Amino acid sequence: MTMAGIDGAMAHLSDTLFTTAIAVYSLGMVGFTAEYAFGHRGRIASTVPAAAPERQLVGAGGPPVGSSRLVDRIPVGERSSVRGSFGDRAGRFALAVTVLGALIHAASITIRGSAVDSVPWSNMYEFASVAGLVAVVAFIALMWKAPQIRHLGGFILLPVIIMMFLAGTVLYAKAQPLVPALQSYWLAIHVTLAASSEGALMTSAVLSALFLLKQRYDRVSAQPGARVGSLTAFGARLPAAATLDKVAYRIVAFAFPLYTIGIICGAIWAEAAWGRYWGWDPKETWAFIVWVIYASYLHARATAGWKGRAAAWVNLAGFGAITFNFLVVNIVVSGLHSYAGLS
Amino acid sequence: MITTLLRPVRLGWRRLTSMRTALILLFLLAVAAVPGSLLPQRPLNPDLTSSYLATHGGWGHLLDRLGMFDVFGSAWFAAIYLSLFVSLVGCLVPRIRLHARAVARKPLPAPRKLSRLPESGQFATADSAEVYAATARRTLGRRWRVVERSEPSGALTLSAEKGYSRETGNLIFHIALLCALVLIAVGRLYSYQLSNIVVQGNGFCNTAITSDSWKPGRFVAEGKVRPAPFCITSLDRFTATYTPAGEPSSFIAQVTYVRDVHAAAQHATITVNHPLRLEGDRVYLIGHGFAPTLTVRMPDGTVVHDTEPFIPQNASTLLSEGAFKLFGKQGAKRDVGVSGFFAPTPQDTGNGVITSISPQVANPVLGIFVYLGSLNPHNVPQSVYSLDTTAMHKIGAANLTVGQTKTFGNGVSVTFDGWLPWASIQVSHDPSEGYLLIAAVAMVLGLFASLGVRRRRMWLRITPSSGAPDGSPTVVEVGGLARSDSGNFTTEFDALLHRLRGAAAPVPELISAGRQ
Repeated sequence: MTMAGIDGAMAHLSDTLFTTAIAVYSLGMVGFTAEYAFGHRGRIASTVPAAAPERQLVGAGGPPVGSSRLVDRIPVGERSSVRGSFGDRAGRFALAVTVLGALIHAASITIRGSAVDSVPWSNMYEFASVAGLVAVVAFIALMWKAPQIRHLGGFILLPVIIMMFLAGTVLYAKAQPLVPALQSYWLAIHVTLAASSEGALMTSAVLSALFLLKQRYDRVSAQPGARVGSLTAFGARLPAAATLDKVAYRIVAFAFPLYTIGIICGAIWAEAAWGRYWGWDPKETWAFIVWVIYASYLHARATAGWKGRAAAWVNLAGFGAITFNFLVVNIVVSGLHSYAGLS
Repeated sequence: MITTLLRPVRLGWRRLTSMRTALILLFLLAVAAVPGSLLPQRPLNPDLTSSYLATHGGWGHLLDRLGMFDVFGSAWFAAIYLSLFVSLVGCLVPRIRLHARAVARKPLPAPRKLSRLPESGQFATADSAEVYAATARRTLGRRWRVVERSEPSGALTLSAEKGYSRETGNLIFHIALLCALVLIAVGRLYSYQLSNIVVQGNGFCNTAITSDSWKPGRFVAEGKVRPAPFCITSLDRFTATYTPAGEPSSFIAQVTYVRDVHAAAQHATITVNHPLRLEGDRVYLIGHGFAPTLTVRMPDGTVVHDTEPFIPQNASTLLSEGAFKLFGKQGAKRDVGVSGFFAPTPQDTGNGVITSISPQVANPVLGIFVYLGSLNPHNVPQSVYSLDTTAMHKIGAANLTVGQTKTFGNGVSVTFDGWLPWASIQVSHDPSEGYLLIAAVAMVLGLFASLGVRRRRMWLRITPSSGAPDGSPTVVEVGGLARSDSGNFTTEFDALLHRLRGAAAPVPELISAGRQ
C-alpha cells in the first residue's frame, strides 16, 4: 500500500540497502576478526609491556617530522602487521569492505530521507540506523588517525550489527510522513545531535570495555605463574591500556559537548512545541541522567583514585543509560517522546 | 579557641568542596532521577498517580511518603542538588582566584635540565643566541605567551605557555551552569501557566478566574505579578487534516485576539510548533477534540440548545466522552443529564457497541444515556465532563447520527444537531527563558574551550657559541610539558620542534644531532 507523500519504491530500495549494509558489515567484521586473530600486530603487542613511544632521531637536515601523524609515533609493538602478511591483507580487506558498507548504509538513509521527504530519523528504526552509521564513521575516522587500532574493527562492528539487526526486525517502522509535532526544523538539529553523539559514545564505550579487558590482562599476566582466563586472554592482542583509555576519553570529550547542545536544542524545541523548555518527561529525565553520568566520567578522569578503571566503568554506565533511554524508555515507559513507530 | 571550634567546620567544608564529594553527589543526582522516570509523577500526571496509589495500597503510600511521586519537587532531590550547588561554589571561588593569578603571572623560568621533561630535543644553529631568540619568538607566534630571561652562564631562556582559555572555559561553563540553575529558580517565581478548552467561536481572557487550569508561580499567586491583559476573543476556526492512512498531518487554530481591552482586534494562526508570542507570553495549541451540539426538550416543555466539549479517551481514534447538564427549575428535581460518547468514525463492533476507528469525522455517532432527577443535589463543585447520577434515574439510551431525534419518557426528547471542534489553548509565561538561553550558550562555549583547548608549556635554552671560528655553534635545547591530556602532545611537540629547527640558520656541517 502506498501512502500519500511516501514514495513506496524508494522506501523499498532503502530497506534493501539497509539489509545489504548489514551483510557487508558482517563480512568486514569477519576480516577484522581474522586480522585480530592471525595478524602480526596483536602477537607482538602482547610481548611488549607498556607503550613506550618510539623515539625518532631529529637532527638538522634530518627527515621532516612536521608531517608526522600518529602513525609515526606508534609504539613498536603496535606497528601494523607486516605488509602483505595474511593478517595485514585481512585487515585492509576488512577496512575497504567496512567503508563500502558505510557508503551503502549512508545511501539507505539518504534514500529513506527522500522517500519521506524529510530527515529520516523520526522513529527508533531510523534513529538506530543513523546512530550505527555514526559509530562506524567514527571508527573509520579514528583508524585514519590511529591505524594501530584497525584490528579492533570487529569489536565496533559487532554492536553496530546487533543494533541494526534489532532495528531492521523488532524496531522496524514503515516509512511514514511526519506527524504535526515533528514538523519542525528542530527535528533535523536535535535528533542529528542526539544520534551522532550517541553513536560516538558507543564507540567510546567499546574502547573502555577493551581497556578494562587489557588492564585485567596486564594485571593477571604480570603475576608469575598466573593462569590467564579465556576472556582475559583477549587482552593479549589489544593495544596498550593507556592508548585505549586515551582514545575513549577523547571521543567523550568530543561527543559530550554535542550531546549537551542536543539537549539544549531539545529544550528550545520543547518550548515551542509543548509550552515548556523542561518538564521531566521520561525521555528528558534519562537525557539528564546520561548527561550527569558523562559529566561524572569527565570529572572521574581528573580525580585521583578514580582514573583508569573506575572512570572506564562510569563510561560504560553512561552508555548503559543511553541504551536504557533508547530501548526501555521508548518502548515501555510512555511519555511525550512517543515516536517509536511501534504498535 | 575559635580556631579549634572552626576546625571541624573547615574540615567539613574542605570535604564538601572536594572533587570526590562532587563526584558522589553527581552519581546520587543521576540515581535519584531514575524513580522520577519510572513512577508516575503527580505534577505531570495526577490521574495516573492516583490510580497507581489505588492499586498498590501500602507500598504505594510508602512511596508517596518518600516523595516518589514528585521526585523533582522532593526534599531529598533538592538536598542533593543544593549540596552540589554549594560544593560547586566552594570549588569555583578558589579556582577563580588561582586562575586569575596564573593569568597575571609570567611563565615559569626554565627548569635546569630540559632533557628531563616528557618531551625534549636539541639542535645547533649558526645564528647568534640573541638572533635565534627573536626568531624563536616569531616562530612560536602570538598564541604562546613568551618571557625571555638570561641565565648567569650567559644562556638565554624562553619560557612559553599557552592554553589559558582551557581553564577560563571550564570556569565559564561552571559559572554559567550556576547562573542557569538560579535563573530556573527565579523563573519559577514569576511564571504562570493557564489553559482553556475553547469551542470554535468562543474565546477567553488571560486571567485566572476564567481558566480551566491555572498554575501560578509564587509571586503571581501573591499578586505581585499580573498576567498580561490580552484576550483570545475567539477561536475562529480549528482545522485538522489527515493522511489517507489516518495519520494526522496538520492542526491549525485561527484566532482573533486583542492585546488589551482598548486595542483593536488582530488575527493569528497557531500551529503545533508555532505558538503565538504576545506580551512576553506564549499561546500554544496543545490539544483538540469535538463538542457535540444537542437540542433538548425539557420535561416542562422548554427547548434548550447546548454544546459541550467531549474529552478524547483514545488518542489515535479520538473516541471521546462527555456530559450535558441541563438544569430545570431549582429544587424541582426535573434536571436532565446526558452522558455519552462521540465516535468521529463509528464502527459497530458486532454486538451493538459503537467504537471509533479513525480521528477523522465521517458520519459521526453520539451515544447517549439520558437521566432525570437532580444534577447536583448537594450543590458541590463538579466535573463538567461527567454526571453524578446518585440522585437521578436513567430514562433511556440511544445512538444518534447527526439530525436524529429520540424521544424519551416524561416529555424529554434529544436531537443531535451536529458538532464543533474545540482546541485546548495554553498560555505560558516565564520571563527567565531568554536569559536561560544565554546561560546555555555560555555553557556550551565554555565546554568547548574546556575540552578542546590544549594547555602547554615550552622552554628553550639557547647557549651561545664560544665565539672561536672553529668553536661549537649556538645550541638550542627545547623541552615541553602537556598540562592537559587532550590531543597528542608528542606529535605536537615534534611538529613545533621541526618548525623551530627549520627557522634556525643551519650549521655548515652536522655537528650536533639527536633527541635525547
